[in-house]
Amino acid sequence: MGDYSDKLIEIHDLKFSRGHRAIFDGLNLTIRKGEITALMGPSGTGKTTLLRLITRQLIPQQGTIYIDGVDISTLNQAELYQLRQRFGMLFQNGALLTDLSVFENVAFPLREHTKLSNRLIRHIVLTKLHAVGLRGAADMIPSELSGGMARRVALARAMVMDPDILIYDEPFVGLDPISLGVIVRLVRRMNDALGITSILVSHDVEEIATVADRSFLLSDGKVAASGSPDELRTASSELVKQFMHGMADGPVAFHYDAPGYEEQLLGRDSE
Amino acid sequence: MYRNATEFFRTFGAFQLFFLRLVRYSPEALFGRFGLVVKQVYNAGALSLVIIMICGLFVGAVLALQAYSNMSIFNAEDWTGVAAAFALVKELGPVMTALLFAGRAGTALTSEIGLMKATDQLSAMEMMAVDPVRRVLVPRFLGGVIAMPFLAAIFSAIGLFGAHLVGVELFQVDVGSFWQQIQLTIDMSDINEGILKSVVFGVAASLIAVWEGYNAVPTAEGVGRATTRTVVITAIAVLVFDFMITAAMI
Repeated sequence: MGDYSDKLIEIHDLKFSRGHRAIFDGLNLTIRKGEITALMGPSGTGKTTLLRLITRQLIPQQGTIYIDGVDISTLNQAELYQLRQRFGMLFQNGALLTDLSVFENVAFPLREHTKLSNRLIRHIVLTKLHAVGLRGAADMIPSELSGGMARRVALARAMVMDPDILIYDEPFVGLDPISLGVIVRLVRRMNDALGITSILVSHDVEEIATVADRSFLLSDGKVAASGSPDELRTASSELVKQFMHGMADGPVAFHYDAPGYEEQLLGRDSE
Repeated sequence: MYRNATEFFRTFGAFQLFFLRLVRYSPEALFGRFGLVVKQVYNAGALSLVIIMICGLFVGAVLALQAYSNMSIFNAEDWTGVAAAFALVKELGPVMTALLFAGRAGTALTSEIGLMKATDQLSAMEMMAVDPVRRVLVPRFLGGVIAMPFLAAIFSAIGLFGAHLVGVELFQVDVGSFWQQIQLTIDMSDINEGILKSVVFGVAASLIAVWEGYNAVPTAEGVGRATTRTVVITAIAVLVFDFMITAAMI
C-alpha cells in the first residue's frame, strides 16, 4: 500500500454493466501521481468505458471513484467541470470539432475558459502545435487531415490548458513509425518535465513497454494483473502470457462463442 | 402496453426539461455568444432562402389561379388577390415555411448534431468542461427560432408577388383593384396571426430538430433515422399547432 499521498485516482469495487452484460465486476485500481499508467486488455474489456467512468461521462452502478480523495459521484455540474479542467483527454478518433480550423480547435479550451488576449492565445496554440509537428497545418480544417494528423492535433488540444492529468485513448493506433516515436517521447517528456499524470489505453504491448511505469491488465471485469511492463512480460499467469505474447490459444478465447466449425460448415441440418 | 406508456411519458418529460434548459440558457447565448447565434441564423435562415422563395412564388401563383377560376364564376375577379393573400398570410406562409424549414434546415441541424455526437465531438467538449447544450445546441435552436418568422414573411411576400403575376399579368385583373382589395380586407389581426404561428412553428421545428440530433443513436443508421423523425414529427406538430392556434383565434 505504501504512502497515501501519491494516490491520484482510486477506484473501489466498481461495478458497471451495459444491458445484461457486466463490464466491470468489482474492479479495484489505483493510479499514482506523476506516473504513466497503462490500461491494457483484450478488446471488449471496457478500457474506454473505464476512462469514461473516471471522467464521469458515465456513472457506475456501484462502487466509488476518488480523485484526489474526492468521491466524484458527489460533485455537481460546476464542480465536475472544474475538475475536468484539470484533465486533458485524447479521444480514439481525435474528436476534433469539424466546424473549426485546426488552430481554432486547439484554441477552443482557451477561448472558452480564459480571457487571454488573441496574441497570447496565438502564441500558446502555435507552441503546442509545434510540439506535435503541425504548426504548418494551423489553417487546415479537420476534414483535410489524415487520421494520424487529427490525433496529433487532438493531442495538442488536450495539452493546451496544461492539465494535471492526461488521458490517452489508443494514442498509437494509425500513426506512422516516425510520428509514433515522436508521440511516445512527447508523452514521456511531458510526464517527467511537467509532472503530469498520464493514463493510457492501448493494445500496443511494445509501445507500452517503452513508455509506461505501471500497467494494469484488465480481463473479465477485474484487474487480472498489474506491475511494470517487465514484470508483466515475465509473469507466469497464462492470461498475461497470452496477452503479452499475442498467442491465439489461452484463457482468452480468440473466437467468439459459436457452434462447432465443422458442424456449421458441413452440418446436414443447415437450411 | 404499460411499458410503452411509461416510456412515452418519460420521453415527453425529458423533452420538456430539454426545452426549459434551452430557454434558460438562451439569454446567455444571445448576449454572450452573439456571433455563434448569428452564424446559425445564417445557416438556418439565409441558406433556406432559395427554397423558400421558389416555393413561395409558385404557391402564390397557384393560389391566384384557383382563386381566379372560382371568383370569376361570381364576376368577382377583383377578389383574386384577397383570396391568395388571406391564404398566404394566415395559413400557407407559416405552415409551408415550417414544413420546408424542417426539410431544409431541420434535417441539417439533426444530422450535424447527431454526427457530432457519433464522432465524440460532444463528449470531447464535455471533457473540456464546455457544456455542449450551451455551446452547440442553444445557438442552433435560437438560429432557427429567429430565422423562421423572417422566412415566413418572405414566403408570404414572394407569394403575393406570384399571385400578382398570375392575377394581374396573366388574367388582366385591374392592378389597382387587385391591391386595393387586399389592403382593405387584410388587417393587422390577420398579420399577427401569421406572425404568432410562425414564431410557434419556429420554436417547435428548431426544438424537435435539436432534440432529435442530441438524442440520436450515434451510428450512421441512428443519425439517418433521427433525421427522418425530425421531418415527420415536425410536420405533425406544425399541423396540429396550426389547427389549435387557428381555433383559438377565431
